Amino acid sequence: MADTVLFEFLHTEMVAELWAADLHPGPGGQKTSLSVLEGIGFRVGQALGERLPRETLAFKEELDVLKFLCKDLWVAVFQKQMDGLRTNHQGTYILQDNNFPLLVPMASGLQYLEEAPKFLAFTCGLLCGTLRTLGVQSLVTASVTTLPACRFQVVILKS
Amino acid sequence: MSRRTPRRPEYRKINKDLFVLTYGALVAQLCKDYEKDEDVNAYLDKMGYGIGTRLVEDFLARSCVRRCHSYSEIADIIAQVAFKMYLGITPSVTCHNSSRNEFSLILDKNPLAEFVEELPAGRSSLCYCSLLCGVIRGALEMVNLAADVTFLQDRLKGDSVTEIGITFLKKLDEKKYRRKK
Repeated sequence: MADTVLFEFLHTEMVAELWAADLHPGPGGQKTSLSVLEGIGFRVGQALGERLPRETLAFKEELDVLKFLCKDLWVAVFQKQMDGLRTNHQGTYILQDNNFPLLVPMASGLQYLEEAPKFLAFTCGLLCGTLRTLGVQSLVTASVTTLPACRFQVVILKS
Repeated sequence: MSRRTPRRPEYRKINKDLFVLTYGALVAQLCKDYEKDEDVNAYLDKMGYGIGTRLVEDFLARSCVRRCHSYSEIADIIAQVAFKMYLGITPSVTCHNSSRNEFSLILDKNPLAEFVEELPAGRSSLCYCSLLCGVIRGALEMVNLAADVTFLQDRLKGDSVTEIGITFLKKLDEKKYRRKK
């Protein structure tokens, strides 16, 4: 079944429509559109988190959770593993993807750099939502230096 | 971690769920943004149209269908090839009229609504799967066929099946596609 295609098209359409809806933003500004997409991603991430195979829910430590995101979640959602994971061992993790599937169809290099964040908002929410279901509160942001490579920064929030 | 390379059945299910869950979250968001059901339906239809115009190329690339010679062939291809390829179901096709341009696709299972138990309160005219109508309409338009696509019956509204009606209108003027943009 060509599900990935359906999801990619839906994602593109969502970015186009939900972004355009905020052309005259209020005091929230750009943030508002991004947060709508992040919110949708968060809900999906939570639901996906509940569907993941049972044995994965018994993590011994934080790093295992992040490794799980990089391997299992990424493979399930994007059919590839994350290319790199770094941490400062103090609650901040950088997840590096050199060939992010949602950016691949856009461009290669520096073209469309300003547009790229819109395409990462949903995925940031997705990561945040999945982490929440796994019992971890976090703040996820993304940055792009050269398409289609991007990095997600996950900061674990201590409650 | 000593896990073997995952291509496990659970992951395929997650992959399939991703689209359905995202769609559900999208509909929920639109219900928050728009009060009227008609507005949500129209918005979903419009998004579906955008997806359909691109999906048709993907479909043609994957499926190698040959040129169709009748509307009923097209309806059959939509049901038996396209729906199967993208949603894993094969709706049955019925034809309504003797001029053979009105068809129905009957779905007894609707994958998009897999996680939906019932429509939210106060949203009884919400066509949850309006996106599908837009997709079919957009895809057909890209191959030069104008059609009206609507939901005739919806399981979520209490009907026994979900039925999508496709009415082929006259062919779009070919000149439109030679016009330089």
